[in-house]
Amino acid sequence: MYDRIRWEEKTLRDKAKEKGIKAELIDAKSFPVDLSSKKIDKFGDIVLQRCIGYFRGLHFSAMLESKGISVINSFNTSLLCGDKLLTSLQLTKAGIPTPKTYVAFSMESALDAISKIGYPVVVKPIIGSWGRLISLVKDSESAEAVFEHREMMNNSLLKIYYIQEFVKRPPRDIRIISMDDEAVTAIYRSSTSDNWKTNVALGAKVSPCKITDEIEEIAVKTSEVLGGGILAIDAMESEDGILIHEVNSTIEFKGAATASGKDIGSKILDFVVRKYKN
Amino acid sequence: MVSCKCPECDGDIEIPDDVMDGEIISCQDCGEEFEASFNGKKEIKLKPAEVVAEDWGE
Repeated sequence: MYDRIRWEEKTLRDKAKEKGIKAELIDAKSFPVDLSSKKIDKFGDIVLQRCIGYFRGLHFSAMLESKGISVINSFNTSLLCGDKLLTSLQLTKAGIPTPKTYVAFSMESALDAISKIGYPVVVKPIIGSWGRLISLVKDSESAEAVFEHREMMNNSLLKIYYIQEFVKRPPRDIRIISMDDEAVTAIYRSSTSDNWKTNVALGAKVSPCKITDEIEEIAVKTSEVLGGGILAIDAMESEDGILIHEVNSTIEFKGAATASGKDIGSKILDFVVRKYKN
Repeated sequence: MVSCKCPECDGDIEIPDDVMDGEIISCQDCGEEFEASFNGKKEIKLKPAEVVAEDWGE
């Protein structure tokens, strides 16, 4: 199930054809669901949920699961990964190293939170991806400007201030693709000279990364606390070791496939088939 | 390959035979993006593509 065709959706379609997997591609936007009906036809036995819109995919997953259809990733995993605040809560509860984070619900308390962390800080929306609206805030003038703009925006989610320490790290992060308890591949995403962010969507360069014992252990533990499934776990190399800062549950894997040379599309489909058979 | 008119600039848009429902098609003339929509029928319609929303991503 998808709502926009990316490179990944085309790859999955072609790989399914190659493998002889009977897969129907369904655009979530073109399918009304009767909540009162006992089952939903057309969706088969298992659904790989690939919506680009977080809320659309999340709510569709809830409907499918309530009608007895398995969804990868599950509603619960999508919920926890799609909201950075909920992800952080799971990580800290499980003792998984993650950047120091404060959450505040007003501009004043957000500034108070920064005074506890110290500049620079990274301010993120709790929902969103591709580095969108993520700000590196270096001083109080910038902080006030960012918060003032957010206060004026007619969007309740942007009035939840998720503030994180700016971790000292090389100009790159590590993306680990995991499927349940297996770290399938890892790549470095290196920021470009004109942008501190490491999102591939913003032009970050990708290169292979060896899966060390430390990386594998933290990836498996992270996957476990978020309910498993197919995840893209983002990690940073801090002075004190690996930190997990974000986990994505509707993964884009073009960069990882290119850098690692691995057929991630096939691995995803094999995983889905395995889940179906179990 | 099917050809149709761009709803924005009336230019010719070529649609590949293996187009998927929901696939984004750009007009080569004006650059506008459209979504190929079958809506349960065989005939393809072009509707304006959705723009990036705050919850879009991975």
